[in-house]
Amino acid sequence: MENIAEEVLKGNRFALSKAITAIENEYDNATEIMQKLYPHTGHAYVLGVTGPPGAGKSTLTDKLAKEYRKRGKTVGIIAIDPTSPFSGGAILGDRIRMNELTLDPGVFIRSMGTRGSLGGLSHKTADAVKAMDAFGVDVIFVETVGVGQSEVDIVKAADTTMVVLIPGMGDDIQAIKAGILEIGDIFTINKADHDGADKLATELNMMLDLDGETKDWRPPILKAIANQNIGIKEVVDTFHKHHDHIEGNGQLTVRRTERAKNEMLDLLDARIGAYVRHNIVDNGKLDEYVQDIKARKTDPYTVVNSVLQDMLK
Amino acid sequence: MDKRIKVLVAKPGLDGHDRGAKVVARALRDAGFEVVYTGLRQTPEQIAEAAMQEDVDVVAMSLLSGAHPHLFPKVVELVRGKGMKDALIIGGGVIPETDIPALKEAGVAEVFTPGTPTTKVVDYIKANVK
Repeated sequence: MENIAEEVLKGNRFALSKAITAIENEYDNATEIMQKLYPHTGHAYVLGVTGPPGAGKSTLTDKLAKEYRKRGKTVGIIAIDPTSPFSGGAILGDRIRMNELTLDPGVFIRSMGTRGSLGGLSHKTADAVKAMDAFGVDVIFVETVGVGQSEVDIVKAADTTMVVLIPGMGDDIQAIKAGILEIGDIFTINKADHDGADKLATELNMMLDLDGETKDWRPPILKAIANQNIGIKEVVDTFHKHHDHIEGNGQLTVRRTERAKNEMLDLLDARIGAYVRHNIVDNGKLDEYVQDIKARKTDPYTVVNSVLQDMLK
Repeated sequence: MDKRIKVLVAKPGLDGHDRGAKVVARALRDAGFEVVYTGLRQTPEQIAEAAMQEDVDVVAMSLLSGAHPHLFPKVVELVRGKGMKDALIIGGGVIPETDIPALKEAGVAEVFTPGTPTTKVVDYIKANVK
């Protein structure tokens, strides 16, 4: 497609799709596309949705998107699923829960694999968000599996982050990494009709109490039954409350500044890494180095030093 | 470049048998493809729209209900209508050999019938994806 960026700005949905593909696959035109789109970003409100597998994030996102549509907003959704570290492939299955949104012209859904990005999210996600922003959607959901460290990354991409949990985790909540409790601006207990919903809410409150420090926003703990469309309006209202809160106290600007900083550093890391790898992987030098390393003729640290020195000459 | 082959696996129509589609989806994932799995009861319109939003390289349809003569060509028409000229469109399921020529005529590149090893599907895609 010619003039992808121009077409995105005109509201061409296929162009948006092509732009995201260029970003994901690191095509040569990706940088130029992003340069042209960037001035048109900064309008969309970005909502992060994370939590353990099975929490119902996709179902919840589907219902939340529909509620936003009722309120006259256009919605973008980026649904991220893990790429297999072994095969490099992925099953991107979140759309199953959002089938009814497919034909809504005010909604655009794109599935992405983590593709080996350790944090789960990456600069590519951030760029896809920007593409949707420039395209003109009002609200963008970034939905990702929260396992281990990746929950923390979502804060970098979102204005408001919601952690979705389900009852029945019992003592497991103690085992949840601290990160998940620190990043939630909102906690939603989905499948709240299941046993243990109140217990989970109590435990969450206790852990938030232990947090000690006075933060001026105490994360609310909401309850929902997404597949019965219960509690959805309250979640959207709470998103609005948080938005107003962080806009009012300047936090929104602070977060977006942090985000811009992190995105730039991520992009820098990615480009430098790609450049270096290209210089030792594509020409087979890496294999030579590995042989020498295995034979203890040299070590990884020395090799890396010399590669970098060569590059920086 | 970090190009991965992206495949939409969809079940058009009212057919509720998804085991085959899931087996193929997993095989494609194991071959390193990214598989957008949209599940059951997709209309041709939904399949084409999802294919466009996801910018897939391949649209793979599974159908065991006999409705393929109508639904497969309809999907081809709608996918092409979205501007996806290069997408490889393939199908599988309970499809009589005698129906295959008409499907190919309508733009389905290949049809993989029961008993086909999944490796054949993987190899076909790798060889024919644009």
